[in-house]
Amino acid sequence: MNTFDFDVAHLLSGSLVLASFVLLYQDRVYALLHVFTFHALVLSLSVAWQAFAQGAPHLYITAGVALVFKAILIPVALRRIVVQLRIHQILETVGGIGPTMLAGISLVALSLVVTLRTTPAGDRLSREDLAFALAVILLGMLMIVTRRNAISQVIGFMSLENGLILAAAGAKGMPLVVEISVAFAVLIAFIVIGIFLFRIRERFDTVDILVVDQFRGERR
Amino acid sequence: MTLVVALGCSAALLLLGIASLAMRSFSGRSTLVYAGTFAVSLVSLASSLAQLLFLSGVTPTVTLPVGLPWLGAHFRMDALSSLFLAILSWGGVSTSLFALGYGRHEPEPGRILPFFPLFLTGMSWVILADDAYVFLFAWELMSVTSWALVVSHHREEANLQAGHLYLIMAVFGGFTLLLAFGLLANSAGGYAFSAMRSAAFPSWTAGIVLLLATIGAGSKAGLFPLHVWLPQAHPAAPSHVSALMSGVMTKVAVYGFVRIVFNLLRPHSWESSLLLLFLGGVTAVLGVLYALMQHDLKRLLAYHTVENIGIIFIGLGLALAFATNQIPWAAALSLTASLFHTINHSLFKSLLFLGSGAVLAATGERDMGKMGGLIHRMPGTTVAFLLGSVAISALPPLNGFASEWLTFQAILVSPNLPQWALKFLIVAVGALLALSAALAAACFVKAFGMSFLGRPRSLAAAEARETDPWSLSALFLNALLCLLAGLFPGSVVNALGPVVQELVGQTMPQQSQPFWAPMVPIAQNRSSYDAFFLFILIVLTGLAVTGLVRWIGFRPIRRSAAWDCGYPDPSPSTQYTTASFAQPIRRVYASSVFGAREVVDMPLPGEERPARITVKIHDPAWQGLYAPIIQIVSFLADRLNPMQFLTIRRYLLLGFLLLVFLLLLLSLWI
Repeated sequence: MNTFDFDVAHLLSGSLVLASFVLLYQDRVYALLHVFTFHALVLSLSVAWQAFAQGAPHLYITAGVALVFKAILIPVALRRIVVQLRIHQILETVGGIGPTMLAGISLVALSLVVTLRTTPAGDRLSREDLAFALAVILLGMLMIVTRRNAISQVIGFMSLENGLILAAAGAKGMPLVVEISVAFAVLIAFIVIGIFLFRIRERFDTVDILVVDQFRGERR
Repeated sequence: MTLVVALGCSAALLLLGIASLAMRSFSGRSTLVYAGTFAVSLVSLASSLAQLLFLSGVTPTVTLPVGLPWLGAHFRMDALSSLFLAILSWGGVSTSLFALGYGRHEPEPGRILPFFPLFLTGMSWVILADDAYVFLFAWELMSVTSWALVVSHHREEANLQAGHLYLIMAVFGGFTLLLAFGLLANSAGGYAFSAMRSAAFPSWTAGIVLLLATIGAGSKAGLFPLHVWLPQAHPAAPSHVSALMSGVMTKVAVYGFVRIVFNLLRPHSWESSLLLLFLGGVTAVLGVLYALMQHDLKRLLAYHTVENIGIIFIGLGLALAFATNQIPWAAALSLTASLFHTINHSLFKSLLFLGSGAVLAATGERDMGKMGGLIHRMPGTTVAFLLGSVAISALPPLNGFASEWLTFQAILVSPNLPQWALKFLIVAVGALLALSAALAAACFVKAFGMSFLGRPRSLAAAEARETDPWSLSALFLNALLCLLAGLFPGSVVNALGPVVQELVGQTMPQQSQPFWAPMVPIAQNRSSYDAFFLFILIVLTGLAVTGLVRWIGFRPIRRSAAWDCGYPDPSPSTQYTTASFAQPIRRVYASSVFGAREVVDMPLPGEERPARITVKIHDPAWQGLYAPIIQIVSFLADRLNPMQFLTIRRYLLLGFLLLVFLLLLLSLWI
């Protein structure tokens, strides 16, 4: 692989990590949706570049799936939910934004250390790719555990799935079946979570998890 | 061929268990199922005996394409397997025969019939297994089905508690065996026994595997301090199942131990035998001491199982000690003694449990304090039970004496060992063994005397009827085998030859024919035991004394009220009781071992309430080992209780933190 290919792949994967940080920082619902759209877009570009660089045409399908479902359908649907439920207030976070960002930075460092140390035999692109993918996954998890709002948890979960797809695309020779199944898993998870949101809304008149916990009569 | 027949029998039992579910509404299904298990066990017995006695030169193996895909299910029938399969099949035959009559008393046969054949299947698979996967699967099948049989009378709270305790111990034992096989299979994943046999293990692996096998098989067999479940669970089951659990399942556990320690695992260090000898000696004495304190006949028998397992493990420990010191003839002697005692215990413990079942069916009582005088109402059961009692008390000429005598012969050659620790310990163990034999005799004087002699202590005992011919025939068949094995021990020793040869590479000296010749364990000029001669002597002196008494006695036999120290009290409760019989021994031993305390509650003058003596006994294993564990578990459970009421986000946070922690560990480690 020549240097240019590598640099572009590096750039796109790095942008995905950057987008994850923006997700982590964002505390308004519509802006969060926009950033997530960007996240999915970068993912599909990155996968498409992998397809081009590796000469693996089936990855274009994965890129297309990511583009259609994650960058178009899911954000539109989420937007509709937000509008219907009228939940476009400021999103509450646990612990301030600043410490969360610092934690995110150390997670990226951790994933780089782990991946680069454990895979000395792999080729450069795969290793870098895996490191970034692990970073995206960890940031997605961090987002889930530092948000109280169900919408932002859903988005954190899907950014985590984006990281998985990045990892799958980076590993050469990964069968297409897996990627499609991952994409469908995300879609199904989205549908399930959407239905849950509606039901929660119906029952408790809010999607704030704090209220749900209070209903269960549990201490914080 | 024999292995195929044996496997076919186990498959037939499996089908029988399933078929019994389909026959729910059929009234004669109890008879049908027990007749089926009887017939199938008989075929299985024939095939295993044929393999042991006539075909020991060839070892059939079968691999079936089930189980783990890359492994298959391996079965093998060497001399050791065929010996234990014979023990199991005989247990199946006699308990099925007994259950043909006894099963009619069962209020809810649907809770027993499906599991009884499955229990037999599980045990036969344990014995025939030739890879760790089949072995553990069958082991757990055996545990689960026997648990279902223990809790079959589920309306009694005590039975459910016994079942709960049993289940915990069974899971624990299975888990340790899993770890043992994991170490045996090492990283290459050689789960077939053939791979383990050919491997040589480093000494620390061998030590840990031996410890794990002792815990795993010992918890099933009832080795101290893992015996606590056994005296509760064995009596809780219906009596023919108790007989099977005590007489056969503990032997399957012994088989598992012997298979792992003497066949799969080598080399051993001599220190390992210290553990076995110590545990065996302690188990034997504590088992019988505790048995003496019991009033419940079946529970007393269950504690005797603990004692006899101790004796068997003493033999195994001796065999290990001699084998690691390259004294194979002594190892062969010890192992033969141990295996012989395994057979014997299976025979007389089945007999005694079946006898207690017959008494239970006739009187509805397990408490010996409410029996008495059954010798006049159940003469057949009494004779069989007496024979079993004599056998378990190790009195000549029955089989218990033969095997315990052989164990003593092995103890007496222990000065040949080079290690002083073993020399001292084995002498001490010999003393413990002698003590336990004497106490066992005392205990069975109590059990037999209180149940069958004297006057009836309750209405139920007074109105008891002799049990049915099926049950009686099962009792007498076992008694006959006890007698035969006792009269001709040389033949049994010869039959055990191939097994011992396979395990320690040498046999005891070939016992001379004809079969009534004396048994010579080492050399003719050293010691010999002529059971047949002794038997003739006992019979002749018995007849002579009887004739003499008849001749001198000038009046015909006269029946009158039993002598009660000159106080003509009509109440049978003034007779000697089980507690009063055990009281001197309790004073001597149990106060130090069990912390037994007698509390005398004497009413003041003028009060009208009765005086009472209450005895409190603590099981040292429960106090010292289980109570602290229960405390720790409940303390941790209390502390971890809030973990059940976290928010979803916090649960996710816990998982996330764990992941980050593991990644950190990975990055630091590499």
